[in-house]
Amino acid sequence: MVAHLLRLKLALLRNGFRRSPWQLVGVILGGLYGLGLAVMLFVAMFFLGDQPAEFITTVLVLAVSLVTLGWAIIPVLVSGVDLTLDPSRFTSFTIPPRELVVGLLLSGFIGVPGMVTLLLFAGQGLAWRADPGLAVLGLVCGVLAALFVLALSRLTVTAATALTSNRRFREVGTIILFVPLIMLGPIIQTAMQGIEHGLSWLPRVATVLGWTPLGSFAAVPGDAAAGAWGTAALRLLLSLAYLAVTVWAWQVSLMRALETPREQSGGTRDVAGLGTFRFFPATPWGAVAARCLTYWFKDPRYAMSIIMVPLIPIFIWFMFGRDGDFTAMLFIAPIIAVLMAFSISADVSYDNTAFSLHVLTGVRGIDDRLGRVAACAVFTVPTVLIAAIVPAVLMGELSMLPSILGLSLGALGAGWAVSSIASARYTYAVPLPGDNPMKTPPGAGARMALTQLATFGTTAALVLPEIVLHIVFLVTGQELYAWLVLFTGVVLGAGLLLLGLRIGGRWFDSRAPELMQATVLNR
Amino acid sequence: MNTELDQQAPAAISLRGLGKRYGQKIAVNGISLDVPAGSFYGLVGPNGAGKTTALSMATGMLRPDAGQAFVHGVDVWKDTRQAKKLLGVLADGVRLFDRLSGRQLVTYSGLLRGMDAAMVAQRTDDLLRVLDLEEAGGKLVVDYSAGMTKKIALATALIHSPRVLVLDEPFEAVDPVSAANIRDILADYVHHGGTVVVSSHVMDLVQRMCSHVAIISDGNLLAAGTVDEVRGEGSLEDTFVEMVGGRAEGGGLSWLHTS
Repeated sequence: MVAHLLRLKLALLRNGFRRSPWQLVGVILGGLYGLGLAVMLFVAMFFLGDQPAEFITTVLVLAVSLVTLGWAIIPVLVSGVDLTLDPSRFTSFTIPPRELVVGLLLSGFIGVPGMVTLLLFAGQGLAWRADPGLAVLGLVCGVLAALFVLALSRLTVTAATALTSNRRFREVGTIILFVPLIMLGPIIQTAMQGIEHGLSWLPRVATVLGWTPLGSFAAVPGDAAAGAWGTAALRLLLSLAYLAVTVWAWQVSLMRALETPREQSGGTRDVAGLGTFRFFPATPWGAVAARCLTYWFKDPRYAMSIIMVPLIPIFIWFMFGRDGDFTAMLFIAPIIAVLMAFSISADVSYDNTAFSLHVLTGVRGIDDRLGRVAACAVFTVPTVLIAAIVPAVLMGELSMLPSILGLSLGALGAGWAVSSIASARYTYAVPLPGDNPMKTPPGAGARMALTQLATFGTTAALVLPEIVLHIVFLVTGQELYAWLVLFTGVVLGAGLLLLGLRIGGRWFDSRAPELMQATVLNR
Repeated sequence: MNTELDQQAPAAISLRGLGKRYGQKIAVNGISLDVPAGSFYGLVGPNGAGKTTALSMATGMLRPDAGQAFVHGVDVWKDTRQAKKLLGVLADGVRLFDRLSGRQLVTYSGLLRGMDAAMVAQRTDDLLRVLDLEEAGGKLVVDYSAGMTKKIALATALIHSPRVLVLDEPFEAVDPVSAANIRDILADYVHHGGTVVVSSHVMDLVQRMCSHVAIISDGNLLAAGTVDEVRGEGSLEDTFVEMVGGRAEGGGLSWLHTS
């Protein structure tokens, strides 16, 4: 049975490739990346073998703990342990629980992340190459740790799924969990600074981690190297107990989830009357705007973009503000402008087949385009204005304000123009309505990256006049140029926007059925 | 041109050599068909016969490779916007804007068609009441059951009072009471001069409900006419199975006999 499940996983993987060559490309790229990573770390572990045993233990325990933690948390956030073998599909077969659990667990190794983890963990033997016995011990402990990691990630995902059967809760939860992930860069940076300042506390952390499930397997060879065979045996026993408990707990929660499939409950309050539709004129473009605005707040895929906004200043603060120079903070507004304008470039892809209503009602392209921009403008324009004015005032850089405003408004206009045209022509696979916003559909990568690159590039080219004028202003210091940036930004931005709406509208009118069929393919 | 047909009152829907192929596979093989105004027309065929493809091309959702489609004489692919005003469509297997409440969704459909706000509000109320969705009007469509979702989708297709209704699998997942209500609405609509085209693979339903029927299989039109003409002496189901073929001959599952 276990072999059956493994073969099934392989077959599914193979058929996935046949369906979409892009998926194959994705896996190959991922595989190459993983392989490169593995080779690099293998070399690192090889040279680690020259170090004293205590140091090796500290490094390995910390690294393994970090990877284990990652496996436990990231799949929950991304809601994607790879569900190629979704346990709930097996409910109607009478597979003995133990075999199902073992099969599913081992199937986790078939795939790039699982395979790389297994290789790396087993590679710990290299660090202990000074003593063949230790090397073998390291290898065995590594394989067991890899098994533990997979079981742990399955457990956390199953537990989290059980907790979050409520749709609203799940959606809000994903978005909230998304914040620390975005802030991972700054957090790691701060942590690195801590390490630079005092490495002294790290071995102590490693010692503690060595007794927790996160790093216990990795600490076993260290005990053996120190000759503390009793401790080593005890720690190995403890680690095996951790593994057993985790697998058992996963089996229990899995079986419970299979026996009582979770109930889908909505739990949203009713919408009183017409909601956002009251705030817009009762015209086709007003209706589109009202619908889009509702989606900005009710659909997690859009809400995610809104969450990003307050994070941008924090991000820039950490990235550039470390040396006490906060000039970069002035450019929050243009950055937000570009990102928000860009965020509607996948609008039709996000609509998915619901877009058919637009086709069936024969809504004019210009109304469709205008409504989508209007909804985005409702909160983007005030946000950008605040983001432009507040930092300039706080930093006493009022002379920069006209120029910054010009850049921001110019970027908004150009960005919306490009988005309006792009979304009338190009669709790509995005997370489906109701899916986790973090989930990337298989095979979407290449096409999505290409479209996004082209949209960003075109936007940048269209804002070039403002950028050049801004640079002239910075070089000459003459205020005239700052006002010229503002003037150009407003006029050129507005002009481009009108043009973008017109062209996008015309493309939409002539290609609405094709656009509709493209969303069907992305389903 | 086919003068004989043109002289008659323009059909609600006429298809002329409508065809579509996907790569090597011919999905719809040049279908010509007239749906008389005021008829209740059933379109039946096995799964994958090309029903949905044909209906998509007739309603402006999928551009045909060949042929034409007319709605009350208006060319769907030349005068698209005019044709869409005459059509109400319930498409099968497409999503709805389900983060809207039921009331919002129906309103949205009305406003997109450029109707004025007061009329949209009035008709939305009427539709929600008749379809028994008044209480659920404020709930998000994503939280609706399958049957309620079908009904709200039907409401979005009815709000502009179309002259022709095209419904792809309208009764799938709808409970019997709601189905009966929907049938009443449709029958009333036809009685007052509207035309309904439904696709289905429930033969019984089509035989009871429809005045006309067309049988499609493998992208070809096998038969079309009034239900009585097409079925002749037997039941529609028998005629259908006979025409389409594919019944397993002999050799049943003897091991499934438990006694």
